[in-house]
Amino acid sequence: MSETKERPGMGEIKERTQFQIVRTRFLRHRLAVGSLIAFGLIVLIAYGGAALWKYSHTDITPDNSQPPSLAHPFGTDSIGHDGLAQVLRGMQQSIKIALLVALIATGVGTAWGAVAGYFGRHVDNLLMRLADLVIILPAIAVAAAMAAVGGGSWWSIALIIGSLASASVSRVIRGVVLSLREQDFIEAAKALGASDLRIITRHLVPNALGPLIVNATILVAVGILAETALSFLGFGVRTPDISLGLLINQAEGAVNTRPWLFYFPGVFIILIALTINFIGDGLRDAFDPRQTRMRR
Amino acid sequence: MTSLLEVENLRVDFPTEDGVITAVRGVSYTLERGEALGIVGESGSGKSVTSLAILGLLPRTARVSGSVRFEGSELLGRSDNELSSYRGRHIAMIFQDPLASLNPVYTIGDQIIEAVLAHRDVGKDAARRRALELLDIVGIPHAAQRMHNYPHEMSGGMKQRVVIAIAMANDPDVIIADEPTTALDVTVQAQVLEALEAAREATGAALVLITHDLGVIAGHADRLCVMYAGRLVEQGTVEEVFYTPRMPYTLGLLGSLPRIDARTHERLTPIVGAPPSLLDLPSGCPFRPRCPLAQPICAAEEPALFGVGKGHSAACHFHEKLINAAAREIFQ
Amino acid sequence: MTTVLEVRGLVKHFPVRSRGVIKRRVGDVHAVCGVSFDLAEQETLGLVGESGCGKTTTARLLLNLIPATAGSVHYGGRDLLKLSRSQMRPLRRDLQIVFQDPFASLDPRMTVAELIAEPLRIHSLFETKKVRELMRQVGLNPEHANRFPHEFSGGQRQRIGIARALALRPKVLLLDEPVSALDVSIRAGVINLLADLQESLGLSYIFVSHDLSVIRHVADRVAVMYLGKIVELAPTDALFNRAAHPYTQALISAIPVPDPHKERERRRIILAGDVPSPVDPPSGCRFRTRCPKFATLTAQEKQRCVNDVPALQDRGQGHPSACHYAEAVRML
Repeated sequence: MSETKERPGMGEIKERTQFQIVRTRFLRHRLAVGSLIAFGLIVLIAYGGAALWKYSHTDITPDNSQPPSLAHPFGTDSIGHDGLAQVLRGMQQSIKIALLVALIATGVGTAWGAVAGYFGRHVDNLLMRLADLVIILPAIAVAAAMAAVGGGSWWSIALIIGSLASASVSRVIRGVVLSLREQDFIEAAKALGASDLRIITRHLVPNALGPLIVNATILVAVGILAETALSFLGFGVRTPDISLGLLINQAEGAVNTRPWLFYFPGVFIILIALTINFIGDGLRDAFDPRQTRMRR
Repeated sequence: MTSLLEVENLRVDFPTEDGVITAVRGVSYTLERGEALGIVGESGSGKSVTSLAILGLLPRTARVSGSVRFEGSELLGRSDNELSSYRGRHIAMIFQDPLASLNPVYTIGDQIIEAVLAHRDVGKDAARRRALELLDIVGIPHAAQRMHNYPHEMSGGMKQRVVIAIAMANDPDVIIADEPTTALDVTVQAQVLEALEAAREATGAALVLITHDLGVIAGHADRLCVMYAGRLVEQGTVEEVFYTPRMPYTLGLLGSLPRIDARTHERLTPIVGAPPSLLDLPSGCPFRPRCPLAQPICAAEEPALFGVGKGHSAACHFHEKLINAAAREIFQ
Repeated sequence: MTTVLEVRGLVKHFPVRSRGVIKRRVGDVHAVCGVSFDLAEQETLGLVGESGCGKTTTARLLLNLIPATAGSVHYGGRDLLKLSRSQMRPLRRDLQIVFQDPFASLDPRMTVAELIAEPLRIHSLFETKKVRELMRQVGLNPEHANRFPHEFSGGQRQRIGIARALALRPKVLLLDEPVSALDVSIRAGVINLLADLQESLGLSYIFVSHDLSVIRHVADRVAVMYLGKIVELAPTDALFNRAAHPYTQALISAIPVPDPHKERERRRIILAGDVPSPVDPPSGCRFRTRCPKFATLTAQEKQRCVNDVPALQDRGQGHPSACHYAEAVRML
């Protein structure tokens, strides 16, 4: 590790915490840092833009079905909604839902899988059969049914999608933990007198971070798509509120006649998914001390 | 008169993402008919790569240069097809992991018979008789029944003996054994080494025995090559090298070995440091950072193999200082 | 000398379960079968045997890392095997272990400083300066505290493992093949380090190894294990000069000596066959199926080996061995 700032003389070396090391390593990953900035900008635009822009997403303007112009940079739809205002609002909702889905699914799934994998035997059997049960349920149907109860607020949608997705995360994490559990360093920790909680949080989860982060970034995309599907069925975000998925969905029939309605939200979905993926990439490498090469 | 096997200035480069690794840096040795040559070195010394290069068994990305001649004809640069007529027929190979050489879905009988039939056109019955004979030579009891066993039904030592039987199936001229007993327990190692000796006796083959265990070399080799960081650093008869080593690494290695014939609690003389990374070799002599004799010249110039006795050579600028030296005095 | 650890009748059976949904118990692997010994203060007891003899399982049992089937391990007046995990925790400060594989036994995600600090943190004893002191003590450069294990060589990694074990100032250190995974030129340094630490810190060692030559350099007494049982227990010198059990004799004879003349003139006992399955060990003496002595006995004498389990007792060789027909032989 050549970046270690070593000075001659004993005892002057500051021990760096895991966080400092990860931060240094992450900052060296240019694409990830770029993506983090880009994602920050997207969030800023979504919230700041919506506050500053002259139209709100519920406003109905007299211009309908207008192509992009100075007055309406993203054009308008057939009712007269301003495209930009709708996309900005859609971004807010989609980002919130996607991040919350990823957070819930990863958090719940990690705990679920780590406990099952670490304790094994009956605990494992019980938790994994439960995971099987959740996985074989037709997720969209369940989500639709439950969303009807939840009333379509963005967080209830995220909660439902996140919980359902956590089952498949738990399977991945359990697999990783099962193989980690047999490693000598886990036994070494036990020989030192480490508690189960310490072993799970200090050894198992950090070593499972690679697959965990990859999963989380995929979940962001899953979150956006699942919300779109729910919106399509009428159980997701409902008009007059709007999400990127719903926007695309509404514009599906207009791809050829009014392409701006379709492409602007589409571009932002791709941007969000892509930047999150690159950030995840950078995080995964930063957390893995064996990754020494600087990439990109 | 040409030697059976002549390796000259062999060099092997592996391009990797971190740079080119030169695993073997100009190795030359000869093997005479019927002789047992030991090649000793630690992990990363290039001892295994050297022998794999001889038979063209390295991955495609490896760049091999130099010369390997078997009975005077060049092996390097030949196609895989041409080389396969040498493999098994003239030069047989035994690997550390017997499972790597045995196919799990065929009985060991079938595999030995296949090896016998690979290079000669005898009948199936003759091949079967030969297989039984081979199993008998390597000391597998109840050979006729064992023929029907699958590899997974046998212990590690038994499997390795089957591999030796396959290696000798075609009366090869050379058997190259790459760490043949490393994965085995000592009492099983003794069994397998005995099988190897029996195989040599039966075929008259020359042996290249690659190992990190100097004790095994002492018992089973006539001559010895010591490798360090991709180079030969000392070679000679086992007596010469064991009793009058002239390269500090060899001397240090012998001094640092735990020995069963030592006095109880006798203190060992360690060599400081660790073998260098092949990606980041020190200038000059690769052993210099660990060598108590190192002088400025050692950093400037990598020593060639100097002749220090009959058939004995050592790659050290100060080989004369090692005459009658004990590891304890030099390395303390 | 005072006894620190008293092991009596240690037994460990691992269940063998059938495949399928309902995993019926179809048998037991008899890994450790009635092992008893004492460990004195500042003593090194070597635990020697080949793979599958139960030496590593014994080590795990002593630390209560796996539950024992039967037996007792007394330390400080308490039976460790009766303690719960939380009762065991404070005692872990006194009893520590160094693992064989320095690659697998260190969490790859932690820096050296974090690794060495971990035992201190678990027992709420953490101080930064202790970590640096420990690093110096085992011969590591404290400036490397922020590095990760993969940046170190095998020998240095094993030193990290030793520093972790020493962090809690233990009384007893279990060394599970601590040098087996290391390159030859690095072993001596680690062996010497362990000897120095024992002297300066007054530690008691249980040194598990398959290699009698390492044992010769480190142990005061040696227990030789075969198929879950101790077959001979003797002071180191006595074991090498007056080996009483045929298995010990075979084991000593199988270890190669790095000396060509000695190695070629030695008497070598080649054992027949493989180690029997520990699921169904032989009746009576477990070694009889491979025993060279058994083969020379009369039918009547053999009956005793088949029917009676030989007790571990002194039969006139000055130290206990588990052979009905024990006879001291000098193997070196």
